[in-house]
Amino acid sequence: MADYKEIINKFRQVPGGIIEAYNAIQKEYSYIPEDAIAVAAKAFKVSKAEAYGVASFYSYLKIGERGKNVIRICESAPCHIAGADKVVEALEKELGIKMGESTPDGKFALEFAECVGQCQATPVITINRKPYGDVTAEKIPGILAEYK
Amino acid sequence: MAEEKRIVLRNYGKIDPLSIDDYINAGGYKALEKARGMEQKEVIDEVKNSGLRGRGGAGFNAGTKWGFSYQTPADQKYVVCNADEGEPGTYKDRIIMENDPHSLLEGMAICGYAIGATVGYIYCRGEYPYVAEVLQTAINQAKEKGVLGDFDIEIRLGAGAYVCGEETALIESIEGHRGEPRFKPPYPGVAGLWEKPTVVNNVETLVNVPVIIEKGADWYKSIGASSYPGTKVFTLTGDVVNKTFFELPTDVTIRDLVFTMGGGIVDGKKFKAVQIGGTSGGFIPESLLDTKVDFDSMAAIGATLGSGAVFVMDEDTDLIDVIERITKFFEHESCGKCAPCREGTKRLHENLQKINSGEATTDEIALTEKLGKVMSRACLCGLGQAAPAPFLTTLKNFRADYDAKLV
Repeated sequence: MADYKEIINKFRQVPGGIIEAYNAIQKEYSYIPEDAIAVAAKAFKVSKAEAYGVASFYSYLKIGERGKNVIRICESAPCHIAGADKVVEALEKELGIKMGESTPDGKFALEFAECVGQCQATPVITINRKPYGDVTAEKIPGILAEYK
Repeated sequence: MAEEKRIVLRNYGKIDPLSIDDYINAGGYKALEKARGMEQKEVIDEVKNSGLRGRGGAGFNAGTKWGFSYQTPADQKYVVCNADEGEPGTYKDRIIMENDPHSLLEGMAICGYAIGATVGYIYCRGEYPYVAEVLQTAINQAKEKGVLGDFDIEIRLGAGAYVCGEETALIESIEGHRGEPRFKPPYPGVAGLWEKPTVVNNVETLVNVPVIIEKGADWYKSIGASSYPGTKVFTLTGDVVNKTFFELPTDVTIRDLVFTMGGGIVDGKKFKAVQIGGTSGGFIPESLLDTKVDFDSMAAIGATLGSGAVFVMDEDTDLIDVIERITKFFEHESCGKCAPCREGTKRLHENLQKINSGEATTDEIALTEKLGKVMSRACLCGLGQAAPAPFLTTLKNFRADYDAKLV
């Protein structure tokens, strides 16, 4: 795994590159280690408060550990009326955790998302930003098996 | 009778999106060459005269927007493509970029030439990393072929913030800040990205540009509604038979969208409501279905064309439950910069929870209506101004549904 310091270093010359750096760190870690905020602040010449403010603003960025495979369930209106709540129930049951939590083995994190732009096939979930459409409770174990 | 007309999706399914040769063989990059043989002012006038208006939702004349940046002297100018489509129910820009990335690059390069910009950014929403890969491949190919000349394009990936679809918030995000909208003026056309003149255009807007340059303003102007010419890409979602996308001239009606193209309601059920333009759009009842979809006709009935999302609901839909869900969306997506939106979206959601669970009185509905009206005037940006629209339009068009939930 690439060290977050190296990743930040790669982007330090990019104007406004702090979000690019955060996205790249998350691709490696699935989250932003807390210590990376101070390193990013220094590299992009902003205060720690600002670096933290940026990281905490965007809902796809997560400061502090979470499961490796991030499962997001869209709960925007088109997915809502298509039965997203049943998918939520199935995921919570299958993984034995609640929305917003990670599995104890560190493999999965479960989060809500707003529209992911795959509304031709509602309800939709994404795993590590890869979309799965027309999801039903029955399909959940099969989809998760790819990541176990 | 509504029929598809593909201008924006002209190459959809006809070319390999990852092959620049396919694009060039289909006539690609000829418009850029043509534009570069014209005066900058001529290019801007052509776009202005075509009547092309922004396809992201605001509907501003694209050529006029370009004119502001062209007229502003600066050592550097920018073209920014807004590919942050976050309106729930919308995926048109994804379809365009996945299937014809070079048309977008060509549109951006034409804009760059016209305003005198040598750098372009595509701000692609964080939900679409796979689209960013397609775009990066296309950029690499275009650089290798040298078709873009001295115009460089860089992709920036968002990180899940709906508000970044607002052009000044988007600019803040490219600059590496929190995506909070700026006070306007100055408008981006004069002082945008890094304080430089910047044109921010939606994907669909830019993809129209090469065709306009190739076929001329008069040709474009003759298509669709006279005040909002051309076509629009619509994405149909919800309880509609054909949950897919269509590109249609802008003079079709809502009924055409839902019934002719959409095939009506699933399982032979009755129509209840349609929300157009995304989750911030108005809810439209059966009685208004013969309204034309163009920007001004929609505004006249208190609705919007917006992004072209068409969210259809059948007779079994609990509208108040949908509105509660939508108010939660806005509470979550409010950036928190201005008080009317930060507090307003929170209270709106609270009140809708109360109304939806049958704990509200008519007084509380009236108070919520007042709050909504204040927000639509007092919020800093389009997010907060539009946030109460679903509630206000359902209150107006579907009052009985609220009355049925009173204490």
